[in-house]
Amino acid sequence: MTAPRLDAKDAAMLEQTWRDPPGLIGWFSAINHKTMSLRFMITTFVFFVLGGLLALAIRLQLAGPDGKIIGADLYSQLFTMHGSTMMFLFAVPVMQAVATYLVPLMIGARSVAFPRMNAFAYWIFTLGGIMLFVAFFLNVGPDAGWFAYVPLSSLQYSPTKRVDIWAQMITFTEMAGLMEAIVLITTILKMRAPGMTLNRMPLFVWAILATSFMVLFSMPAVMLGSTALITDRLVNTQFFNPLKGGDALLWQHLFWFFGHPEVYMIFIPPLGFISSIVATFARRPIVGYPAMVLSVVATAFLAFGLWVHHMFATNLPELGKTFFTAASLMIAIPTALQIFCWIATLWTGRLNLRTPLLFVLAFFVILLAGGLTGLMLASVSLDTQLHDSHFVVAHLHYVLMGGAVFPLFGAFYYWFPKFTGRMLNESLGRWNFWLFFIGFNLTFFPMHVLGLQGMPRRVYTYPAAMEWGSLNFAATVGSFMIAVSVLLFIVNVLRSRRHGELAGNDPWGAGTLEWSIPSPPPAGNFEMVPVVHARDPLWEAKRLPSHVTGLANDYREILVTSVADAKLDHRLWLPSSSLAPFVTALATTVLFVGSIFTPWAVVWAAVPVAAGATWWFWPKKDIVEQRTGSEISPYDVEVES
Amino acid sequence: MRLRAVFIPILGMAAATETCSAAPLQDALHAYGIQAWHIGRLWNFTLGLCVLVFSAVVAAFLFALWRAPRSDAQTPPDLSSLERPERRIHRTVAWAAGLATLGLLALLAADVFTSRALGRLPLQDAVNIELIGHQWWWEARYLDPDANRQFTTANELHIPVGRPVIVTLRSDDVIHTLWVPNLHGKRDMIPGRTATMQFRADQPGTYRGQCAEFCGLEHAMMALLVEAEPNAQYEAWAERQRQPAPLPASDAARRGRDLFLSHSCARCHTVNGTGATAAMGPDLTHLAGRKTIAAGMLPNDAGHLASWIRDPQTLKPGVYMPVNRMRPDELQDLLAYLETLK
Repeated sequence: MTAPRLDAKDAAMLEQTWRDPPGLIGWFSAINHKTMSLRFMITTFVFFVLGGLLALAIRLQLAGPDGKIIGADLYSQLFTMHGSTMMFLFAVPVMQAVATYLVPLMIGARSVAFPRMNAFAYWIFTLGGIMLFVAFFLNVGPDAGWFAYVPLSSLQYSPTKRVDIWAQMITFTEMAGLMEAIVLITTILKMRAPGMTLNRMPLFVWAILATSFMVLFSMPAVMLGSTALITDRLVNTQFFNPLKGGDALLWQHLFWFFGHPEVYMIFIPPLGFISSIVATFARRPIVGYPAMVLSVVATAFLAFGLWVHHMFATNLPELGKTFFTAASLMIAIPTALQIFCWIATLWTGRLNLRTPLLFVLAFFVILLAGGLTGLMLASVSLDTQLHDSHFVVAHLHYVLMGGAVFPLFGAFYYWFPKFTGRMLNESLGRWNFWLFFIGFNLTFFPMHVLGLQGMPRRVYTYPAAMEWGSLNFAATVGSFMIAVSVLLFIVNVLRSRRHGELAGNDPWGAGTLEWSIPSPPPAGNFEMVPVVHARDPLWEAKRLPSHVTGLANDYREILVTSVADAKLDHRLWLPSSSLAPFVTALATTVLFVGSIFTPWAVVWAAVPVAAGATWWFWPKKDIVEQRTGSEISPYDVEVES
Repeated sequence: MRLRAVFIPILGMAAATETCSAAPLQDALHAYGIQAWHIGRLWNFTLGLCVLVFSAVVAAFLFALWRAPRSDAQTPPDLSSLERPERRIHRTVAWAAGLATLGLLALLAADVFTSRALGRLPLQDAVNIELIGHQWWWEARYLDPDANRQFTTANELHIPVGRPVIVTLRSDDVIHTLWVPNLHGKRDMIPGRTATMQFRADQPGTYRGQCAEFCGLEHAMMALLVEAEPNAQYEAWAERQRQPAPLPASDAARRGRDLFLSHSCARCHTVNGTGATAAMGPDLTHLAGRKTIAAGMLPNDAGHLASWIRDPQTLKPGVYMPVNRMRPDELQDLLAYLETLK
């Protein structure tokens, strides 16, 4: 099925209205959600590759006992940078990046809400990431772990600027993350095409909605923590100093109150990828839509009740810990329910075994193993043996790689045709997949055993007498297989982008709205905003009305609909492209980086930030007049009798 | 070719490790104490249940892949589920979820029972040790109601087999974690907080432990040996530890002692019975009786001790012990003295 089209003249005008301006300044002024999202995805992928290279260095050092390749100091920076990069600069933001592209297409919207803020968030994120890596190359890379436990991260035990860099990187990325969450929640709740009730929303959109609310509630905890850390270091507050009435455990509570939901912020969007991919490649709707939605929502709630299971080795009360054991076991139920629904879908479907589905099938094996080792870690007694050993390294990579990276690669193979108009190469895709799958298991499965054999985490070397050498060597070999696999993926993307098979609107025969429009989509996404009558509008018989008329083509006018039922509410003009978000982001960067060195930066750098924001929001007279001119007062409407 | 080139070294290393002597005991799966045994039993139960679930789910998944017919992008989607609710499938999914919930309840119960068992270690006649974490070594104070019977040692615990041990955990700087996997799970040592850990060694042996919480640069080099020995042997050891250092008998050792007291050594270390009473570094009163130096990093012999004293920064970069410039004959005298600290 294809969407209703405008005539050529109107379509050109619509394209002109929503397109980003040309030229270098235009490049920095871009706010179209697809432009920003592609940049966001590429940026996060660059960080993924950088984080992966750091991991390869770690694996080289640990390949044999008494490794001499990397010293203790660089090693501490490497694993801190690897963890921080993957968690803050890749795993959470890449999901938001993909979501800002797909959500409007899936819900029949022409843009995300607050497109300028969306652009601002991207620039803040990118500048923060650049700051982190510049610091690393200047030998001031963070070295207190991605969790930066106090008192090790306090001024007394980390006197250089390394920890401050880490704390400000948190400020950058969490600020961007919060803004993206606001953008996505607003888009999903207020900008769905008429008729797309909550009950008809694609499961991916549900997953993003749940994730965005989690971001909103969890990220403030870590921002509070990192701000308290930096004021402890910079202006001598004593939040975490036990000698002055502070508490070292306070940091752990604040960090993990964010840190545990973060795992689910990384894991829930891929549940949406999987539901999209399984439905399309099994050629049927997912079994149990209501159960799937409730599971995602339940997971998002329960994720906030588990954080203490990262602190089972502390001296918190034992009875309290048992509560967190129960909660940690309980969160397995909704995930199990979803896995069963997918298996039922595959069982009753007709399978099109292409690369996107392969990556998703790997999820079932790897995430299942990671989830089961998670149950082991949920037990207080078992955790005292497994905690902070290589067993946890294995577990977390099974969960995060199996739960997020494999589905993410599947999602790239699935939506790449929509992003670029061309298919990724299928045989390179299979090599990519099998090398990744085998390399992954070769890398991380031995770490379970190493942990049980007593190998702690975050050690830069180990004595030969411990006999951990051969398993570590296997892990290093596996890590290089993963590297080759990712390299193949990059080759595939670069080649297919120019020479891939043309995709057309809908190469997979899928059912959701993004496949009704050309690939890549026009600047305004939908020439006519669709009206939705079903969960899989492209699969089910067409019903009338098929689309909305009356929206302006010469201004960025969108429809705002009601939260639950997506009934028409009002029209809204979105802002046009502007350099202001970029300039304001630069000014904000000056403020954040300056405050690593002096608290006064918060004062004097507020001036350029305020100037940038004022320019950003300054109303333009002609646009205001046009907008008020387009308004229709209810009193002016002639009531037909 | 690439694969062959990487796999041959793996086989080579496996062969090499077989010929080595047995590794130090630092293994969560081999319990030598009742606490680790309780946890090991929970591990076996949990592992069994998880393997069962894993096999069942993967089997269902593979069977689904095998039985489902193949299709392509042109295959029309099967929308029959929209008209007729798939009750049988829904029931199966609900049953599976119910079974999963039962399994989880079993895990919870097993965990609670294990916690109770761990809390019931009889504590009569316990040895009380206060263990203090430092960057990057362990200070152990053997407590006694009679202050004269208390003593301090470092990096090596001796405990009696069959008697419970209560370790009070503290830290002087950053967070460390005590983990001796053959005897018990781990416990954090958090500055400003006190935790305890109770365990018992049920077989004699040397158990190795290692700091498990990242504690800075030399986190990897912070090991601890626990010597579990019959009670009589333990008491004899403890009695020796309570004695001050013997007076040096030879001229070289006497010169070494004077060097120790006049040089920077005495600014950080204690040797009971001399004027050295500083507590920045490990107590050296009975250094010569220990198996290792530098927190389990190097064997305690003259050669390693000499290179450690001369240049600890090369061996363990960042350690708080400074480089010591002394003439070779001075170093020999110092070593002669340290060897008397039995």
